[in-house]
Amino acid sequence: MIVAALFFYLFAGICVASAVMVIAARNPVHSVLFLILAFVNAAGLFVMMGAEFLAMILIVVYVGAVAVLFLFVVMMLDVDFAELKQGVLQYLPIGIVIGGIFVGELLFVSLTWVIGAGIPQAITAPIPAKIPNTEAIGLVLYTRYVYFFEAAGMILLVAMVGAIVLTLHHRVRVRRQDIGTQVAREPAASIEIVKVRSGQGLGSNI
Amino acid sequence: MDFFWTYLWPLIVIVAQSVLLLVILLVAIAYILLADRKIWAAVQIRRGPNVVGPWGLFQSFADLLKFVVKEPVIPAGANKGVFLLAPLVTCVLALAAWAVIPVNANWVIANINVGVLYIFAISSLMVYGVIMAGWASNSKYPFLAALRSAAQMVSYEVSIGFVIITVLLCAGSLNLSAIVEAQNGNYGVFGWYWLPLFPMFVVFFISALAETNRPPFDLVEAESELVAGFMVEYGSTPYMMFMLGEYVAIGTMCAMASILFLGGWLSPVPYPPFTWVPGVIWFTLKASFMFFLFAMAKAMVPRYRYDQLMRLGWKVFLPLSLAMVVIVAAVIQYGALASSAMK
Repeated sequence: MIVAALFFYLFAGICVASAVMVIAARNPVHSVLFLILAFVNAAGLFVMMGAEFLAMILIVVYVGAVAVLFLFVVMMLDVDFAELKQGVLQYLPIGIVIGGIFVGELLFVSLTWVIGAGIPQAITAPIPAKIPNTEAIGLVLYTRYVYFFEAAGMILLVAMVGAIVLTLHHRVRVRRQDIGTQVAREPAASIEIVKVRSGQGLGSNI
Repeated sequence: MDFFWTYLWPLIVIVAQSVLLLVILLVAIAYILLADRKIWAAVQIRRGPNVVGPWGLFQSFADLLKFVVKEPVIPAGANKGVFLLAPLVTCVLALAAWAVIPVNANWVIANINVGVLYIFAISSLMVYGVIMAGWASNSKYPFLAALRSAAQMVSYEVSIGFVIITVLLCAGSLNLSAIVEAQNGNYGVFGWYWLPLFPMFVVFFISALAETNRPPFDLVEAESELVAGFMVEYGSTPYMMFMLGEYVAIGTMCAMASILFLGGWLSPVPYPPFTWVPGVIWFTLKASFMFFLFAMAKAMVPRYRYDQLMRLGWKVFLPLSLAMVVIVAAVIQYGALASSAMK
């Protein structure tokens, strides 16, 4: 158990430290890189709790896709650090309120853990033993929670279609490549072979 | 003493196994590099590297020595930490993927249940090496190349994901060894997944080319337009680590193709004397065959234009692989229903 505890504190320590660095780093690109480090360490914690499927999905989705987009945007922006620092006091009250709500919720969760020990088991599906984690998630996700799952998928689809509709400007007077016609084109339709006599040029053959 | 047998001994065993695998892998990569250049040369009717050692066999080691003894130059405007971190990230991630690849029955360092997802996660992280290098160089061409390649690698990951899902549907497991075992049948080479999932095999191969930035999708380092892409500012050991990481990632993709579609370590004819041959030899042969295809694609196909690359990824491969997931799932579901109704 000593080794397990050691690894837990290693992952948890790096996770918290890099989370602090996300808001403390001066360079926004460094912030995003620290955010990625925090994600990876959270995935490590998931593996230690036996949720290896969630850990891998966390890395594939958040680190492999979402954080790449973050990094993309942050790199493209021309960020003025001095201006960024000036706004801190203005946004501080909102930040404190959101932080306070988070702390309160975390306290509630841990209080439920201590006071009503049976509640988490009562409101969640039982964890089946002896089948792989992936299978266990699939079994509840597509049976008990299938409507929530489908609803979440629908919401994401609508958001995606909305984003595409808002940004897609189909300009009319642009010549586009039509791969189909290009591939279907025959030599006979595009090349004409002409015999040119020397000294006479093409003349009226064309 | 108890502590020794529970913790230290397994640690020693795993470290020894990992070192052994790494050494074999790196030597194999040295010869893969040479093979790449030789195949490319042969297609163009050249000789390729033939000076260092017999038939140029020591060329890769000479290159290694050259890179290591050169002076590393860091541009004045570069973000030093990230600049040096990028090649390390590429190289370490590429090597880490091999922890879960089974080269023979039970010959694997970590036989984890989510092996496929692990490889997929690692290959989705590979893009960071490119982005970090492009940004940290603080120079125009590397940055353009990094943005371009980030979009490219993320796009083709999507279709690779769907291709892997079709294989998982057939095998019913995310464990790489179990996927190989699921292809073990009486028909040998015709029982492997390349035959029933042939369109997906093709999509996987092309997406793997794009994912590892191999020609014809090497827009990342298109030398005619971006000098050398994200690697412009790199030299000596950091550059070598990029190249090493790239080739190890290609090796991983070849290994993945042979595990998912070509039956991993299984013998193509499931009868003696073919089954007496050690599985690791079959595995190596299959992975080498996949690499030969990679090298031939590099030698023969001209580079794609960027918009054509995106079109292929999003408008051709994504709908094709999505439809294939639905078809394979339906066939498996109704096949199972039909066979249970027959009984």
